[in-house]
Amino acid sequence: MSEKSRRNFLKSAAALGAAIPAGAAAQSQSKAPAQVDHVKQHAEHMRQAAAQPRPYMFLSQAEVAFIDAAVSHLIPKDELGPGAKEAGVTYFIDQQLFGGYGSMARKYTQGPWPEGTPQQGYQSPLTPAAVYRAGIRDTNAHCQKTYGKTFDALSRAQQDEVLKGLDGGKIELEQVRSQFFFNMLLNNTIEGFFADPVYGGNRDKAGWKLVGFPGVAAVYTSFIEKHNVPYKAQPVSIADITGRLAKVDEHGHPIHVMIDDDQAGV
Amino acid sequence: MATKLKPVDVVTVGVGLTGTILAKELADSGLKVVGLERGGWRDTHPDFDMPHAHDELRYARRHELMQDLSRETLTFRNAIGDTALPMRYMGSFLPGEGVGGAAVHWNGVTWRFLPWDFETRSRTLARYGKDQLAEDCTSQDWGVTYDELEPHFDRFEYLYGICGKAGNLKGKIQEGGNPFEGARSREYPNPPMKTSHVGMLYGKAAKQLGYHPFPAPSANMTRPYTNPYGLTLGACVYCGYCERFGCEMGAKASPQTAVLPVLMKNPNYELRTLANVVKVNLDSDKKRAISVTYIDSRGREFEQPADLILLTSYVFSNVKLMLLSGIGKPYDPQANTGAVGRNYAYQTNGNVTAFFEDKIFNQFMGAGALSMMVDDFDGDNFDHTALGFIGGGWIGAASAGGRPIDFRPVPSGTPRWGSEWKKATARYYNRAFGITTHGACQSYRGNYFDLDPTYRDAYGLPLLRMTFDFRQNEYRMSDYMTKKAAEIAKAAGASRLSVTPRTGKYSIVPYQSTHNTGGAAMGADPKTSAVNKYLQSWDVHNVFVIGASAFPQNGGYNPTGTVGALTFHTLEAIKSKYLKQPGPLA
Repeated sequence: MSEKSRRNFLKSAAALGAAIPAGAAAQSQSKAPAQVDHVKQHAEHMRQAAAQPRPYMFLSQAEVAFIDAAVSHLIPKDELGPGAKEAGVTYFIDQQLFGGYGSMARKYTQGPWPEGTPQQGYQSPLTPAAVYRAGIRDTNAHCQKTYGKTFDALSRAQQDEVLKGLDGGKIELEQVRSQFFFNMLLNNTIEGFFADPVYGGNRDKAGWKLVGFPGVAAVYTSFIEKHNVPYKAQPVSIADITGRLAKVDEHGHPIHVMIDDDQAGV
Repeated sequence: MATKLKPVDVVTVGVGLTGTILAKELADSGLKVVGLERGGWRDTHPDFDMPHAHDELRYARRHELMQDLSRETLTFRNAIGDTALPMRYMGSFLPGEGVGGAAVHWNGVTWRFLPWDFETRSRTLARYGKDQLAEDCTSQDWGVTYDELEPHFDRFEYLYGICGKAGNLKGKIQEGGNPFEGARSREYPNPPMKTSHVGMLYGKAAKQLGYHPFPAPSANMTRPYTNPYGLTLGACVYCGYCERFGCEMGAKASPQTAVLPVLMKNPNYELRTLANVVKVNLDSDKKRAISVTYIDSRGREFEQPADLILLTSYVFSNVKLMLLSGIGKPYDPQANTGAVGRNYAYQTNGNVTAFFEDKIFNQFMGAGALSMMVDDFDGDNFDHTALGFIGGGWIGAASAGGRPIDFRPVPSGTPRWGSEWKKATARYYNRAFGITTHGACQSYRGNYFDLDPTYRDAYGLPLLRMTFDFRQNEYRMSDYMTKKAAEIAKAAGASRLSVTPRTGKYSIVPYQSTHNTGGAAMGADPKTSAVNKYLQSWDVHNVFVIGASAFPQNGGYNPTGTVGALTFHTLEAIKSKYLKQPGPLA
C-alpha cells in the first residue's frame, strides 16, 4: 500500500469510526464505563490492524507494477472517486490467485485440452494464476518490443493502446489468447472493486460508495414499498460486523446509519 | 471390494427437494429409509448465519453452495458431430451439492405448469395442425394431466408455504391473480409479497397495455408460516440475497426449513452424507434393482440393498446413474431408438433492460421471487396462428437483489471499462431494472444426453455428455416475447432500452437458469419415455426417477412447483399402489 493510499485508508477508517460513538453513547446509560472502553479499544484495534500494509503472496514486484498500471485504466480514479488501484484491487487479485480461485479449486482440471468453441467456455490447461503469469510476461514482452519499455513504464496513452489491443485481440500473445487474459483481468478487477472489503479490494468501500450499495444484507421490510425514495446508508462490510464496528439486530443484520444528503456525494 | 450392508426398504439417491419429501412420507408410513447424499450436511444455523452467508464473491461468484466440479462435471457440445468438452467452470446453470441440493440456493419462484403444458403435442396438433411443429420436434404429452396433478400441486404449495394470489379458484377467475392458470382447489397458503417500485411501475405499464399483471408465486415467506409438518418458517426481510445463497432467516422454503427437522427425528430414517452413489445394481434379467453401490469420504465402497430405489438427484445425476447402471435403453438420436437421455431441454430466456433518468429503484432490496409478472404470452394463452412457433413464457420484472459484482446495468454502447463505463455504472446502478422473458424450450431429436467417450469423473466413470442447441421455434418465440417486453418497458417510461432476445448458438458460459429438464422423460409410451406417468422406470419397476428429468420438454415456467407436484404424485402411487403390489404401474 502506498503512503498516500494508506493515509486515505486511515482517513476513511476514522470516518467509519465516527459512527461508533453514536452507538456507544446510546448504550452508555445502561452500561458500565469499562465496557464502553472495551468497545472503543476494540474499534481502535480493528482500525490499526486494517491499516497495516499487507504483503503480496503470489504476485512479484514486476507483476504488481503491471496490474497496478492496468487496473488504473480499467476503473480509473476520477471526479467520482477512487479507481481500482486505489481500492486495492491489485492486492485482491494477488489474494485470489494465491488461493483456491488461482489454482482452479473445485473446477474440472482433467485433460485433454483442445481449444474448443466460445460456447464451450474455459478450456485452458492453465490455472488463473498461470494465466496471469503468462499474460503479464507476454504483454511486457510485447511492450518491450514495441515501445522499448515494460507496460508499467509506458505513458498513459501507450498503456491505453496496449489494453485496447488485448481487449480487441489485436495483440497476439505467445502462451495465452490476449482476449482470454484481458477478460480475466477485467472480471477480477470488477470483482475486486465491488466484493466485500474482507478480500482486500473495495478498500474504504470505494466500489459500494460509487453506486450507493449498502453492503452486507440488511432488513428492508419496511422500506421496500417506499417507492422512488432514496435509501442512503453508510455501507457495512463483513469486518464491520465481526469487528463490532456496526450495530446489528438479533439476526446479525446491520442497523444502518443513514447519510445526510449533503454528505452523500454522488 | 464393497462391504454389503443390511437391507433397507427404501434408498433415496440424493437428499434435496424431492428426496426429503419422499423419505419423510415413506419413513412415516413405517418403512426404513436411507438417504445417500454426495455432499455434506448444512443447516440454517450455523451455515447460513450472518454476516458471512451473504457474501457475493464467495457464493454468487465462487459458487460455494454448488457442485464440486473437480469431482464431477458434464461435457457439452452444440451438435452431434462436434467434440464435447468438459464444463470446467459453472456458468449457464448451477446444480447444488450437499443436503438440500439446489433448493438451498434457489430464488423461490414456484409455479404450476399450465394444463396446456402437459398436453403440448396433442393440443398443438388439435388447434394448429402438424405444420406448427418442427419436423425434428420430439415434444410430447406427459402422460399425466393438470387435473390429475392439481391435488399434488396443492399439497406441495402448502408444504412449502407458497405466497401468492390465486387467479383461478375452481374455475372462477380472481382479480389480482394470474387469470391464465389452471383451476386451483383453494387459495395459496400465504399472501403475495410486497410490491417494489419496479413491480409497481411494471404492473402499471402492463395493465395499461391490456395485460394481466400479478405478483409472482413465491417461496420467500411473507409471514411466519407453520406448514403441515408442524415446522415454522420465518418471514422474509427483503434483504436481496436469495439466489445462490442460503437464508439466515429460515424464510425461504427448502428441505432445511420445511422438511428436514422432522425427517431427521424419525428413527426410520438414516442420512448418510459424503456418500457418492456410483451404480444401481440390477438382477440378472435387468428387471429389478437390488442395491446401490456408493463410495464414502474415506474411499470405502459399500453396497446398500433396498427394495425400492428412488433417484432423487438433479437432472444430470439422475440420467447419468440410469445410463451407468443400464436402467432402460439409452437414446440413440441417429436410429431414434431408446429413451434414456432423450428430450433434454432448457429455458429460452431473453432480457430487456430499462433505463430511467428520473426514477430510482433501490434494487439492492428485494427477494428471490419478488417479481411482477404477466402470463399473457405463456403456453398457448395467445393465438400462435402464423407466428411460426409454439409455446411462450412469463414476462416479468424482478427485484431479486442488486448485488454489485453481477448487477451493473449500463446502456448498450457503453464501453466495458474506463471512465465512461464508470460514469454509466454510477449513474444507472440505481436507475435501471431488467425484464425477463422466460421462454419455454421444446425438445428435439438432436438435443440429448449420453455418456462421454473421453472425459471421466473422480471415480473413473464417464461424464454425462450434453448435446444441445436452440432451434427456430425458440428464436422466434424469444424475439416475439422480447418485443412485447420492450413495449412494456416503453410504457413504463424508460428513457433507453437494451433489448436482447435469445439469438445465436447456445453457450454454456453466461448464466441463464438452473432449469435443465428431461433426459428421463415421462410419457405414455415406453418407446419415447424413460419413465411412466408415476415416474417409474418402464424397465426396472422398483426404480423411480423423480425430478425435472421427467419433463418431456420445458414449459415457460420455473420448474420447482411442478417438480413438487410430480413428487407427491409419485408418492401417492408408491403408497397406494406399488407397496401393495410391487410391479409395473402402467
